[in-house]
Amino acid sequence: MGDEELARRKVRRGKRVIKSGLVAGGVAVLVSLIGMVEAFGQRYIVADIISIGHALLLGIGVLAGYLVARESRSGLAFLGAVGAGGIAGAVLCLLVVVGNLIPLRRVFINASPVLFELLTLGQGNWGIGILVLLGCGSAAWGGAMAVFPQKYRKAAINAVGWVVTLGVLQDLVRPLLAAWGPVADFSELVFEANGLTVEGALGTMVAVALGTLFWRGKGERFREAMQGLNPATRKALRVGWVALVLAILLVLPQILGLFLSEVLTVVGLYVLLGLGLNIVVGFAGLLDLGYVAFFAIGSYTVAVLTSPELGFFNLTFWEALPVAIALGVVSGVLLGIPVLKMRGDYLAIATLGFGEIIRILVLSDFLRPWLGGAQGIGKIPKASIGGFEFATPQELYYLILAGCALVGVISWRLRDSRIGRAWMAIREDEDVAQAMGINLVAMKLLAFATGAAFSALSGAIFATKLGSVYPHSFNVMISINILCLIIVGGMGSIPGVIVGAAALVGLPELLREFAEYRLLVYGAALVAMMLLKPEGLWPEAVRKRELHFDSATHEMRFSEERGHEAP
Amino acid sequence: MWSIGGILLALIVIGSWSTLSSGKYSARHWLDFTIFGLAQGSIYALIALGYTMVYGVLRMINFAHSEVFMSGPYTAYFVAAFFHTSGLLDSHPLLSMLVVLLVSMTTSTFVAYLLERIAYRPLRTAPRLVPLITAIGASFFLQYTFRGLYGSGFQAYPVIKPLERHWEILGLRILGFQVVIIVAAAVMMMALYLFVQKTKTGKALRAVSEDKETAALMGIDVDRMISITFIIGGMAAGAAGVLYALMFKQVHFFMGFIPGIKAFTAAVLGGIGNIPGAMLGGIFLGFIESLGPSLFLDGLGIVAPYQLKDAIAFTMLVLVLIFRPTGILGERLAVKKA
Repeated sequence: MGDEELARRKVRRGKRVIKSGLVAGGVAVLVSLIGMVEAFGQRYIVADIISIGHALLLGIGVLAGYLVARESRSGLAFLGAVGAGGIAGAVLCLLVVVGNLIPLRRVFINASPVLFELLTLGQGNWGIGILVLLGCGSAAWGGAMAVFPQKYRKAAINAVGWVVTLGVLQDLVRPLLAAWGPVADFSELVFEANGLTVEGALGTMVAVALGTLFWRGKGERFREAMQGLNPATRKALRVGWVALVLAILLVLPQILGLFLSEVLTVVGLYVLLGLGLNIVVGFAGLLDLGYVAFFAIGSYTVAVLTSPELGFFNLTFWEALPVAIALGVVSGVLLGIPVLKMRGDYLAIATLGFGEIIRILVLSDFLRPWLGGAQGIGKIPKASIGGFEFATPQELYYLILAGCALVGVISWRLRDSRIGRAWMAIREDEDVAQAMGINLVAMKLLAFATGAAFSALSGAIFATKLGSVYPHSFNVMISINILCLIIVGGMGSIPGVIVGAAALVGLPELLREFAEYRLLVYGAALVAMMLLKPEGLWPEAVRKRELHFDSATHEMRFSEERGHEAP
Repeated sequence: MWSIGGILLALIVIGSWSTLSSGKYSARHWLDFTIFGLAQGSIYALIALGYTMVYGVLRMINFAHSEVFMSGPYTAYFVAAFFHTSGLLDSHPLLSMLVVLLVSMTTSTFVAYLLERIAYRPLRTAPRLVPLITAIGASFFLQYTFRGLYGSGFQAYPVIKPLERHWEILGLRILGFQVVIIVAAAVMMMALYLFVQKTKTGKALRAVSEDKETAALMGIDVDRMISITFIIGGMAAGAAGVLYALMFKQVHFFMGFIPGIKAFTAAVLGGIGNIPGAMLGGIFLGFIESLGPSLFLDGLGIVAPYQLKDAIAFTMLVLVLIFRPTGILGERLAVKKA
């Protein structure tokens, strides 16, 4: 009986290994065929050796190995991990072989000879063997991660993570390092023209690994020491921190130069939008997919009021801005009234419909005399204060920074106010909130109006930044982008919005190859976040506590949720 | 709130009256619009089935269903193009169309099944907003995966010549492909209706959508039934996709978005969760969309009313959600949920 049971378990585990290998191989084939490997094939992490494309494939192997070995954390499991990696590599080989035999390219546009050369590392037929070996190797690394004690695992993950981060963000890191004399030489040592040097990569890995091992335990003690300080010192420290961050933010565009400042302005606009949607979705729990409509309203208001092309009003930016925001508020309330009674998915679809209606109306010939139709409106003047004109990205940055600071402070103050708590009560349970005496109508409309006002502000700045507005800038993708960034950052969390915007908007701007895969990755990120880490990257403290508390009593909480699922 | 509805109704009446009295369109036009609406509506109805059935069992909007719809015809395009270049499409149009249809349905079914297994099954007990956000994510993931696989351009579906002519049916001259679309959609909807009403599996499906816990106690494998729901939805969407391609003669990775929202509108219109409702809603929406612009927008003196065709559908959606969220046939659901 015992033997039989053991044998059965062995078979089951063997099947699991094969299945994991096949799934990993399938994912690797998919990543190759959608063109990501090729697109990132020229973007090197370690100069001329490992590209981001290769790193992607290796990452899949590592993950597969880790997941397989995690099952039992024994020597056998480690072997299983290596086997799974080998299978994954073999599946990828199959793609290369098939691709060389029949013209896959007629269907899959990315199955090009360049891809196959990248996959086999330019080694021709030998490359096929190398592929299997690399599969085994990466999975072995992943398996080792699972088997290692926690201490070393963390060091190894950090080491690899730092190298990858430095490699991916090289365009950001290099100018920063070069700007400051003493580290400029250091930067020469670590970076080559197109990636890290081999020495740089190895050095970083060793340094980070050692650093992690050394820091272990010390972090906790440091935090305790901080807690031990008296409140006055702590407060002074915090003020110091804020001042430091502000100072850095103020000089940032001067250091970063034109291109990176442009990236910053885009990130800033998304932070503005994100903070607005964060109030609607994150605080009040109203899933609004038509959020871009308010952005469009802000932009078009400024355009119509200021542009000499239409010549209706010819106001200045500062005269048009309050009108734009006021119109945003009005339209927020107007949208809010009909959807007051809807919840969850109905609300999402209805708002999505609104967003599209606005876009179609703006695009139509019917409203063309007033809104410019498909050609949009051009010649929107720049904003200026006194003689200072916000024209270049570096100058616009300050306008956007001011906007972000204003909106950030407002949301932060709102969050802890009576209104904010009412919103969160509505988010958690509408019926209970109403029973507690919260005026649902007023609070929901206030949430829509506030969110819309922020969005309109962002739209207004967007209009003066570009100097022209087109209906195509306001499609549903923008709404999805914003939703995605607040979910990745952590719903309801203000720093989360900034982290989310930096990660989801800033990163793609830095990696131009990424642009094509942006929404693909966003989609995957949304699904992955919901499956693995629903609280987001930088969650609100309360929410994190809730979710972690819940993990112990999962069953109970979810069965309760099932009780009230009205639409 | 009701005053807005009243104003809209008045506008529609005034618009229709002024169009009709101006006599700009002949009876021939109106007939064409109607047939076009019926064909378009049958496609919406087929897609709407997927939304409505999934909502029935999971109480969630499968936002990614529009991509299930897109994946089929886009994949089948390559088969159709191959048949076209090899001449098979002209020599055996019926056979090759059946193969194309089969490929499309298989792909869509496969995508729908995987979607449920990977993205939705682990979240079955999660709070309501979570699966919805997952579905939105999955939708964009699928769209851009197919864009990566097949490219971002429009692909022109090969034209089947006999279907482009007018056919004489009951004294009416109707375009061939419209006849095919209407007949094919009607047959499939009939088959589905019989499946759900008459077979044992269909009965189990209805039981699961009525009450999952009790169905499980009665010995029904709920997971399997949910998979079957997605599979049926996928099949209908794949078929709808080929019909859509027959009608508009092109495929694109973004082609699912607008029909998807409209099919959802149709599902809501008929009462979400209700299968005959989805069919009715789809056809109704098709009529509104094809007749609406020329019937009442034109009469209101709006320039180029066809550009606002989609806006009509969306307005319709919002109006239904506001005034009658239970839809035309949604009585049963209304009692249970609202």
